[in-house]
Amino acid sequence: MHIPDGFLDAKTVVATGALATGGLGFALRQVGARLPRRRVPLMGLAAAFVFAAQMLNFPVAGGTSGHLVGGVLTAVLLGPSAAVVVLSAVLIVQCFLFADGGVLALGANIFNMAIVNSVAGYGIYRAVRRLFGGLRGLVLASAFAAWCATVLAAVCCTGQLASSGTVAWVVAFPAMANVHMLIGLGEALITALVIAGVARARPELVEEGAPPRVGERYVEFAGFGVLVALGLALLVAPHASSLPDGLEKVAAALGFEHKAAQPLVAAPFGDYHLPGVKSAVWATAWAGAIGTVVVFALAWLLARSLVPKSRDDAAPPRR
Amino acid sequence: MRLDLLDHHSRLDSPIHRLPAAVKLVAAVGLVVATVLLPASRPAGFALVAAAVAVAAVLSRIPPAFFGKRLLLLEPLALGVAVLAIFQPGGWRVFATVMVRTNLCLLTMILLSNTTPFADVLRVLQRVRVPPLLVTTLALMYRYLFVLADEVGRMGRARASRTFSPQRGVAWRSLAGIVSQLFIRSTERAERIYAAMCARGWQ
Repeated sequence: MHIPDGFLDAKTVVATGALATGGLGFALRQVGARLPRRRVPLMGLAAAFVFAAQMLNFPVAGGTSGHLVGGVLTAVLLGPSAAVVVLSAVLIVQCFLFADGGVLALGANIFNMAIVNSVAGYGIYRAVRRLFGGLRGLVLASAFAAWCATVLAAVCCTGQLASSGTVAWVVAFPAMANVHMLIGLGEALITALVIAGVARARPELVEEGAPPRVGERYVEFAGFGVLVALGLALLVAPHASSLPDGLEKVAAALGFEHKAAQPLVAAPFGDYHLPGVKSAVWATAWAGAIGTVVVFALAWLLARSLVPKSRDDAAPPRR
Repeated sequence: MRLDLLDHHSRLDSPIHRLPAAVKLVAAVGLVVATVLLPASRPAGFALVAAAVAVAAVLSRIPPAFFGKRLLLLEPLALGVAVLAIFQPGGWRVFATVMVRTNLCLLTMILLSNTTPFADVLRVLQRVRVPPLLVTTLALMYRYLFVLADEVGRMGRARASRTFSPQRGVAWRSLAGIVSQLFIRSTERAERIYAAMCARGWQ
């Protein structure tokens, strides 16, 4: 899902850059205020861990393989703000050392894979965790959240590409969403297995992630919530509905619309209809809705099969 | 991902390598911005950027085959997204422009990362007031990336020499075991590093 340079136009680069800078700055401030000094090295080590874990390939059907992304995994193990910092560090190193993901697209990549992936994933994780306690709840919540976060990040990525005029939303949305609904299954399974493994060996490491006081957590949730909502409203919502392009409106209001790069093709994409394309978007949306229910059920089965009843009580306490 | 391909040539000696890191960083980002903002109707601009990158690449004395290898590694990622652009009116033109832009940007970044040690990049970041927590995280990450990658390699070898029939379910479970073990070892290592940092008078 790393967007290379050349795929985003100027206004999208500016908008995602602002969102990512705001999000990363907020996360750094949260972590800086709360992280005990003895855990500062852990941030760097966790980033190296995510990078190393991403190098391991898991066998998927037919000789292909996939690898972990690790947003929800890190958020569950270290907390959402720390996860944003850790994954941003991973993306920055990948961009500068490996040219994996572009420099100008770094803002978009940080927004999708560090902020949306970990923060939205963590929100879903906490919501499910509130309903299901114990070790089974932990496995269920992290698997389900990992799947949702992967799909959400892919949808954000599609929104940015479509806002740039590189690909048409009606073509890219079904393709990206469907592929990532499959990829998300792998991510969910790995995340759940790894978290179950850590919880079994060192239960105190799971959910230790600097437990904040209640008031502080609201600040964290509110800050990230506003940021993610803003990103979705600017980049994704205009395509999903018939509203005018939100990003273009903001660009016009700020007066730098004319400075934005020329669109690659003169004709706007929104005004044509290919037979069956509109229905593909709807079919994908339906598949997503049904998929969410199915994945939740699968995650529940996974939790039951991974955690025997007797071990369920020996779980880390609910926070 | 092979780690020895990361910034393999960053410690060579050449006119480009001797330039200050800040200059190279600004020049590389400038080239990328120019490539992204150039209108598609002006191929001369792309040729100019390509010429600049080519001159720098020759001056840097990095073997040309290395660029080819790295580009080939990264190409599938770009192609995967660019292919979606074909399925729209005028799609082939978008596809061609996007691929030219992306490859120019990739070459620029490969050149940057192989002529500039990462420590120098971090020093530049520090000077432009990037929050110290982020710089520390990046520095520690770069330092221990190779250590942890070796550790993964050792654990993988140990598993491979003990499991004889790699069924998919077993493979997933043992790989997940490796990852969770790696996380535990990383946290333990972080504690040792903290003690060592304190012993050396950190901050």
